[in-house]
Amino acid sequence: MFSKISLKLILTITFLSILIFSGFVYYSLHTQDTLLLNQTKKFINAESETIKSSTKVSMLANDREVTHEIIKTVGKQPCIRQVRILNKEGKVIYAADTTEIGKVLDKKAEACYSCHASNKPLTRLSISKRIRIYKLHPDSSRILGVINPIYNEPSCWNAPCHAHPKSQKVLGVLDLTVCLKNVDRDLNLAKQHMILFAFLSILGLAIVLGILVKQIIGIPVKKLSEGVKMVASGNLNYKVPELGNDELGLLARSFNHMTEKLMEARQQLFQSDKMASLGRLAAGVAHEINNPLTGILTYASFLMKRTKDQPDIHKDLEVIVRETLRSREIVKGLLDFARQTIPKKVKSDIHQVIERALTVLENQLTLNHIEVEKHFSKQLPQILIDPNQMQQVFTNLIENAYQAIGKKGGKITITTSLTRLAPYGVVQIKQALCPKGHELMDEQVRIDGLPTVKLKVIVNGQETFVNLDPIYGKNRIKMGLPITSGDKVDIRCPKCNISMVDQGKTCPQCNAPIYVLEIPGKGELRGCFTSDCRWQYWDYIEQQGPRDYIEIKVSDTGCGIPPEIMDKIFDPFFTTKGQEGNGLGMAVIWGILENHEGIISVESTVNVGTTFTIHLPVNLR
Amino acid sequence: MENKSRNLLTIDDENVILEAVKRVGTAEGWKVDTATDATQGFQMVQKNSYDLCLCDIMLPDMDGFQFLEKLRESEIDLPVIMTTGFATIENAVKSLDMGAIDYLPKPFTVDEVLSTLYRGFRFVDLKKRQIETDSDVNSIIVPCPLQYKHLGFQSWISIDYDGSVKIGATDLFLKIINSIKTVNLLPLEAEILQGFSCAEFEADDELIHQLMAPMSGQIIRVNEKIKEDLSQLEKDPYFNGWLYIIVPKNLNYELKYLSGCHNIFGR
Repeated sequence: MFSKISLKLILTITFLSILIFSGFVYYSLHTQDTLLLNQTKKFINAESETIKSSTKVSMLANDREVTHEIIKTVGKQPCIRQVRILNKEGKVIYAADTTEIGKVLDKKAEACYSCHASNKPLTRLSISKRIRIYKLHPDSSRILGVINPIYNEPSCWNAPCHAHPKSQKVLGVLDLTVCLKNVDRDLNLAKQHMILFAFLSILGLAIVLGILVKQIIGIPVKKLSEGVKMVASGNLNYKVPELGNDELGLLARSFNHMTEKLMEARQQLFQSDKMASLGRLAAGVAHEINNPLTGILTYASFLMKRTKDQPDIHKDLEVIVRETLRSREIVKGLLDFARQTIPKKVKSDIHQVIERALTVLENQLTLNHIEVEKHFSKQLPQILIDPNQMQQVFTNLIENAYQAIGKKGGKITITTSLTRLAPYGVVQIKQALCPKGHELMDEQVRIDGLPTVKLKVIVNGQETFVNLDPIYGKNRIKMGLPITSGDKVDIRCPKCNISMVDQGKTCPQCNAPIYVLEIPGKGELRGCFTSDCRWQYWDYIEQQGPRDYIEIKVSDTGCGIPPEIMDKIFDPFFTTKGQEGNGLGMAVIWGILENHEGIISVESTVNVGTTFTIHLPVNLR
Repeated sequence: MENKSRNLLTIDDENVILEAVKRVGTAEGWKVDTATDATQGFQMVQKNSYDLCLCDIMLPDMDGFQFLEKLRESEIDLPVIMTTGFATIENAVKSLDMGAIDYLPKPFTVDEVLSTLYRGFRFVDLKKRQIETDSDVNSIIVPCPLQYKHLGFQSWISIDYDGSVKIGATDLFLKIINSIKTVNLLPLEAEILQGFSCAEFEADDELIHQLMAPMSGQIIRVNEKIKEDLSQLEKDPYFNGWLYIIVPKNLNYELKYLSGCHNIFGR
């Protein structure tokens, strides 16, 4: 019924209120107890004074009978347990309970202790010290005793009986004991009421809280979690119902918004990825399905051929052959689709391609007051590219450029030239494998937006990861620990832990152990990553020597790319344009250039502008 | 049908396909050997003498292209027909480019495999006849004019000044089919795809031969005359015997896959 959070909330609040209520009840009971007892003490003291005063006359007249009567009468009152008058020696002279008369009390007894503890009897004691509270048995009600000393007065030693000499200070003691049964009963009653009230309050609080939590948190959270479950199971059309204007309502609306975005993203992903993935799928399906289809088709058509004289069987076989041919057509359709994703490369003039891209965007550029400056080299050779795909690259780049410039107007400069680049510092490592064939490319950690090569390194017993720069020779390595040439280094595949160290060889510059990567179809790449050396050698690429490239620079005077997002710009779905962009533009550029063995790099200064540089090889390998 | 003894080697990693080809071939009176990988196939080629080989492209150890390469390196003169379930123009053209004489996309019917294999055997016969008589190739088959281009030994194109492309079947293809009974052509405005069938030739022996389109595009004219007068086709395959005029879709791109006209036997 309750989700965990509401249960926790209720338990916490209940526990806290129990603490607060018990503290309050304890304190208030204590106060009540003290107040009531003080009241009772005062009352009992006053009563003992009254008894003393009422016996005074008969005492002076030394009329024992009358004194006795008074004591007896007082003793009959319901709450009074015992009234007695003791003389100086501790002998009971008068008592409501006549059996006690004549008893001598030990001065060390509890009743006398307050005065007789020190050897010298005190003359005056405060009320509180003359009062004692005790229990006869642990389970009987409390008893309050008050001792009232009877002091010697002139009227006493002047009385005709001359019973007391003038020198005597205290003549005796009036001891009055009262049971506190009523007081205790009242206190108990108050305690019970208070605890009952506290219990009911806490219970009420918990119930109200439970209902509130369920209404305000439980039900909305349940609806939200239903939504999350639905979305997780793939139903991106599911909407969480409106949940009001509180934080949960806001969360529900944000959740719905997120689902919509996810839906859009999925559609975009589907749109963009379906070509590529369907291509791969088609290839797989074609191969896997075409083989069994061949078996069916050959045998069925063979059988059909041999049963021309048996019309019944022939007709049935015709159905089998027809339907198998239909399946063949379906698979063929898939393959036709797959073929469309393969770039159709023809010798083209790159300038024509750029001009076509500019024509498409002409209106938008003029409207935004953007001037386009072209510095086209006159001696560019034709290169083997898919003109349609390459036009897409320039359309996307120019579109990004004018969006970076915005409405304020600016300039886009497109420069082309022919360059010759040595492979060192230019060629990109797009695939790398460990000796067991595990892929080492790390899509998560990127350098300049490009996936890196991830290796596990054990330096002096400490394990860490190193991400190699994907550009051969650039060596902007990301590593967890600094590594120097003196360190004991072991290099392993992060997936299977197999050693990646080139056994028996060391770095020709610093003698540290070197790693060896298998580049599928392109030989092996060796390198060293100690902080002071970073040597790299890729035999296959070096053998080919420097290569001619057409260099195309697209610069804008726009807002620039902040360094912190530089690594993400080629990620699919990464966009800074919010609702406007789908985050696929740069990823598409990336994919197309990859198909053309092209290289793209970016330089940017915030508020100054961005330059994208593309290198396209003049001769494809 | 020919009653000469024919030796065929089939290489495929799928047993059902090997069995099917063996069954069909044996019924035709051929001797059919099978191999499940190219290494085994190559050993058999070295030991025995075969007239023809039907080889799958995707094989476990070495693929069909490597097999072709190995044959060429060892100077073994064995005509090979490539087949694959991954039937793309790239595979088809690469096969022809690497020396295969024909290409058969999977899945195939009995008629398709038979017509392809018969064409293969007749190709072998024609070649043998040329070698035996030591005659000029041109006296047996007429090559296409120099400005023409062709796909395998099957179809040719000729580019017109207006950018349209004329398509037809090569003399070799027609000679191999021998006596043609009927020709089935596609209608106007139909789309054809490079490497896929664009016309059917029915021979007297009831085999139906598919002609691989040399180029993709839309048909704007169909040579209806040859339907009535098949002799035009055999007499003058490169001029009056054209089949279609098309507007090409990817002329520059697809030209790469076509070869110039030279002696087809002399690869």
